[in-house]
Amino acid sequence: MGRHQQFERRVGEARFLLAADSGIVVEFGSRIDRALSDKVLRLRDALRLKGLQGVTDLIPTFRSLLVQYDPLLADPLRLIDEIAGLLESTAKAETASRLWRLPVCYEEQHAPDLADVAGRVNMTVADVVDLHSSQEYFVYFLGFLPGCALMGDLPAELELPRRTEPRIRVPAGSLAIAMRLTLVYPVVSPGGWHLIGNCPLKFFHSGLQSPNLLAPGDKVGFRPVSSREYEDILHKENEAKSFEYTQDYLVT
Amino acid sequence: MMAGIVITAPGLCTTIQDAGRISHQNLGVPPSGVMDLLALAAANALVGNDPRAAVLEVCYVGPSFEVKDAPVRVAVVGGDAALRLDDGTVIACNRSATVKAGRKVTVLAPQSATYAVLAVSGGIGVPEVLGSRSTFLRGEFGGLNGRPLAAGDVLQVAAADAALPDLELSGELPYGQGPIRVVLGPQADYFDDDNIDRFLSAQYRITRESDRMGMRLTGEPLKHARGYDIATDGVVNGSVQVPGNGMPVILLSDRQTVGGYPKIATVISSDLPRLGMLKPGEVVTFEAVGIEEAVAVRRGQLQRLGELCRSLRPVRHSGAIDVAALMSENIISGVAQWDD
Repeated sequence: MGRHQQFERRVGEARFLLAADSGIVVEFGSRIDRALSDKVLRLRDALRLKGLQGVTDLIPTFRSLLVQYDPLLADPLRLIDEIAGLLESTAKAETASRLWRLPVCYEEQHAPDLADVAGRVNMTVADVVDLHSSQEYFVYFLGFLPGCALMGDLPAELELPRRTEPRIRVPAGSLAIAMRLTLVYPVVSPGGWHLIGNCPLKFFHSGLQSPNLLAPGDKVGFRPVSSREYEDILHKENEAKSFEYTQDYLVT
Repeated sequence: MMAGIVITAPGLCTTIQDAGRISHQNLGVPPSGVMDLLALAAANALVGNDPRAAVLEVCYVGPSFEVKDAPVRVAVVGGDAALRLDDGTVIACNRSATVKAGRKVTVLAPQSATYAVLAVSGGIGVPEVLGSRSTFLRGEFGGLNGRPLAAGDVLQVAAADAALPDLELSGELPYGQGPIRVVLGPQADYFDDDNIDRFLSAQYRITRESDRMGMRLTGEPLKHARGYDIATDGVVNGSVQVPGNGMPVILLSDRQTVGGYPKIATVISSDLPRLGMLKPGEVVTFEAVGIEEAVAVRRGQLQRLGELCRSLRPVRHSGAIDVAALMSENIISGVAQWDD
């Protein structure tokens, strides 16, 4: 045992950790794993339905749930007990998981790293596009940027570490891969992932009550489109003030 | 009654902020909001606003503005910031003043802190986006179209309530002192005892790369005992991330919602306003406390803040005070350089 011990409490498979007096981390494991993600989202649903006093934000990740709270409205140690009491809950929020088929242009001008990726995984560019666009990905959670969905799992054949030189400016809509994950950068941002295409859709409308296109639990496929179709969709989306056209890309 | 202010010079990066955007972090939306919540509450109280009303957050170089249509009440709080009217009158921080229509005001940014807030009667009237008026620059929303102020911007506020006097704080805001207090974890177990000792005893200097996203520190590098990549995890304001180079970064208002580096410790919520008072080049040290102490300090701080906001006292004159008196009180020693 070390001299410095951080607070930690184990309840079954869950590990409760502290982010000072601002947050409680409920950790189900340390890997990116669908089984862990299911537990995280189930606990999130139970907490949403329960509506514990003082809780302000529920932030799911691949393998943990961060519960942010106001320490004057909720005592942290008592809050841990209350959350622990919900671990076995089978409550599920009434959000049907949706299946999307999102348009992506994989052509060269939108895919600066595609040839490099193909070379590194020993495949042709066409095979990489076929493989990437023939999958159904699971949205683990939204994070990093507003509306940015972390999706997996990428086929093992396409697994690469992040770029050693992150870009200072990744264009909005860039479809990217790294490790066993894929995402679309919703706005211009720095980024270290490999860019293999571009999706012309808007993923976040800050003026809406439900500002996000995708949600955790959704399934997402990609449909390759020509640069011409890409430009048409982009034009429509740039005019749109809401998700008025995106229903077209919802399969179920 | 409606009133307005017209920005004549925007300052370096002046943004509209309030107490922050809660309940949307699950969508990847950071909390934003002022860096110094004590200054927000005090400045709003001084001009008779709701404690969470939107203000202008000033960084390094303050804006100038002209009062339109009707007199407004203003107050600046944060370090030794001050206001200067076009007739040369200087209004120190921590007190409100009523400024007539047509007058021009320059916010003299603090020399002793990075951020200060300017409250105006009625609050800065911009639409709420996702429950907050705070500007989020990278997301390009909140505040004024998600951008810093620019010359020519017209901001809607309310006229000063002439029945109320100008007010001043009757004591110091409860920032706390000494080392910045942290609770170890949630990933202190990625570091061995020697490295936690180093973190808690070393002096870290604040670098110029610090901003509203995070305070970047330089000093003795910390070594990870179990690697520096973790599967992405949620973060809070005050999370102390340690990336591969071993230099701690304290995450702040405009941070991402998740991060992939181990967090050796987390700054307690009551010491976050104090971080907003520190400047690049200054030194910080850390001290570990338990969760019970963190909550007790928070409770005490908010209690003291409430007392101060309820016991504001009327300013003796019209709110404008003469420079000689200020000089003798040694309040504007740093500000005087502006006239050199």
